[in-house]
Amino acid sequence: MTTAAPAPAPATTLSGPRTVSRRTGGMQRARRHEAIALVMPSLVPILVLSVAPLVMGVALAFTDARLVREPDYQFTGVDNFVRLAGNSFFWESFRIGMVWAVSVTVLQLLAAMGLALLLNSGLRLQTLTRVLALIPWAMPPVVVAIMWRMIYSPNAGPLNAALGAVGLPDDTNWLADFSTALPAVIVVGIWVGMPHTTVTLLAGLQQVPGELYEAAAIDGAGAWRRFTSVAWPSLRPIVSSITSLNFIWNFNMFSLVYVLTEGGPGGRTMLPMLFTYLEAFKNRNIGYAAAMGVVLVVVVVLLVALYLRSQFRSDRVERKG
Amino acid sequence: MRALVRPAQYAALAAYIVFLGFPLLWLVSASVKSSGELNSLTVSLLPQEWHWENYAQALARQGLVGSTLNSVLVALASTALVILIAMPAAYVLARLKGAVRTAGVGWILVSQVFPVILIILPLFLVLRTIGLTDSLVGLALVHTTYTLPFALWMLQGYVSAIPEDLEEAGAMDGANRLTVLRRIVFPLLAPGVVATAMFSFVSSWNEFFFALVLLQSPDNYTLPITLSSFIGGEGKVALGPLAAGSVLAAIPSIVFFSLMQKKLTGGLMAGAVKG
Repeated sequence: MTTAAPAPAPATTLSGPRTVSRRTGGMQRARRHEAIALVMPSLVPILVLSVAPLVMGVALAFTDARLVREPDYQFTGVDNFVRLAGNSFFWESFRIGMVWAVSVTVLQLLAAMGLALLLNSGLRLQTLTRVLALIPWAMPPVVVAIMWRMIYSPNAGPLNAALGAVGLPDDTNWLADFSTALPAVIVVGIWVGMPHTTVTLLAGLQQVPGELYEAAAIDGAGAWRRFTSVAWPSLRPIVSSITSLNFIWNFNMFSLVYVLTEGGPGGRTMLPMLFTYLEAFKNRNIGYAAAMGVVLVVVVVLLVALYLRSQFRSDRVERKG
Repeated sequence: MRALVRPAQYAALAAYIVFLGFPLLWLVSASVKSSGELNSLTVSLLPQEWHWENYAQALARQGLVGSTLNSVLVALASTALVILIAMPAAYVLARLKGAVRTAGVGWILVSQVFPVILIILPLFLVLRTIGLTDSLVGLALVHTTYTLPFALWMLQGYVSAIPEDLEEAGAMDGANRLTVLRRIVFPLLAPGVVATAMFSFVSSWNEFFFALVLLQSPDNYTLPITLSSFIGGEGKVALGPLAAGSVLAAIPSIVFFSLMQKKLTGGLMAGAVKG
């Protein structure tokens, strides 16, 4: 696919412009003028519509802005952050967000790895599975939530009916029970995110030449051995990047859980984004909510950086060893 | 031992198929069931009677046709804007080298990490001062902002795939930059533009959070908001038509994904991730 194409570009950067400028300096200058004429009209809307809101969003975190008719707000320094440090509800929501994001990301990776390996092993029913694997990805989050609410429905839902048919308790109110709400929501998170991860891993698996497997098989390597020594080395970088992205996306999840539970019961599924949304648009403390957003971004970026660094480290150790 | 591997693999595959496919089957089945059957304690996947009129009822329900129209308008407007802005920018991003390119790519990555809440807070304040909250125009602008980075990323990938030699050959033949763009680059870029436009359309069509924050009057609701507003009163709302409406709402993106299926499985996302 073409999005993979940018990779070779930097290679030409190193030698390209220098040789060109020696040969055709004037043409190069004319091209640069043209490029600037092209950049400006494309840059301005991006600055206005994309860069500015983010910068302003961060700036809001240092004000006492409220969502009122006559907004009059002042710079308050780090007041919001000091207040936030002592807000136990926020940190509880943060904890729930971590449980949610880590469980969904890890389970989704395991489930997707299993499916990708199956799809790569020459079974029948490939097309059906591939199409099915794409559908959760394609559905609007609201529809996914409505659908799973029907599945989890306590009285007429198929899940309880199936449990009852095999003699298990069939009266669990999955999304409203304190102990089952978060796990139930996590299952939906896995369902939604699995396809994308499967497709990404499958693309990685298909880059491994088939002869390598055959060679390993001839050498007497079993299935697990073939996976760890042939497939895993080339999958590793893909796994690192897809895990990081999944973690970020999951941590920032809003719509799905909002429609499934609205953060309930009793805040058991109150992901940080739901908490921040309520602070901004129900309590109308926009500045305070922006500070929450900033804290969440910083923590997520730090965690992902640490994770990628450790991956990179062990990569180097492996290569040396 | 070896003889057991294949059956075990098929059993695992069957489990995956059930997990991934069953919820959708259930939704489709619910969309043709009567309310009586949906609330009864005898639960079965196959409906006792097929009530296709659920679909007609879903459409006839006040607001659903209107909000479908709203969704289409917002999605079309934001798609047009995204393509208009992203086309020249993506071309530049793909062809430029050095610091500008790094900054551009860096920006795209950063904007993927940021939670949407940090984007909507300032946009909400700005849109309110110019009277564009609770307005489809405002929502289309916000969707444009939201989709732009990834659309830019997709499009610049397509541009990079067009060999620069082709453009240079055109320039050698004496064609100026604009002619080169029009005659050589744009025709080759057409499939990429179509794919990016479909992606933008589907992002806007599926989007829930911004619409929830911005839209207040039911007349302005987009389809996801109208559907979610039915949920609160599940007792009052007929589940059959709700399921039918949900199936209808999922159709555009399912069409998009089946059209893109080959490219998606070919590793569109894998490429995006690695790049």
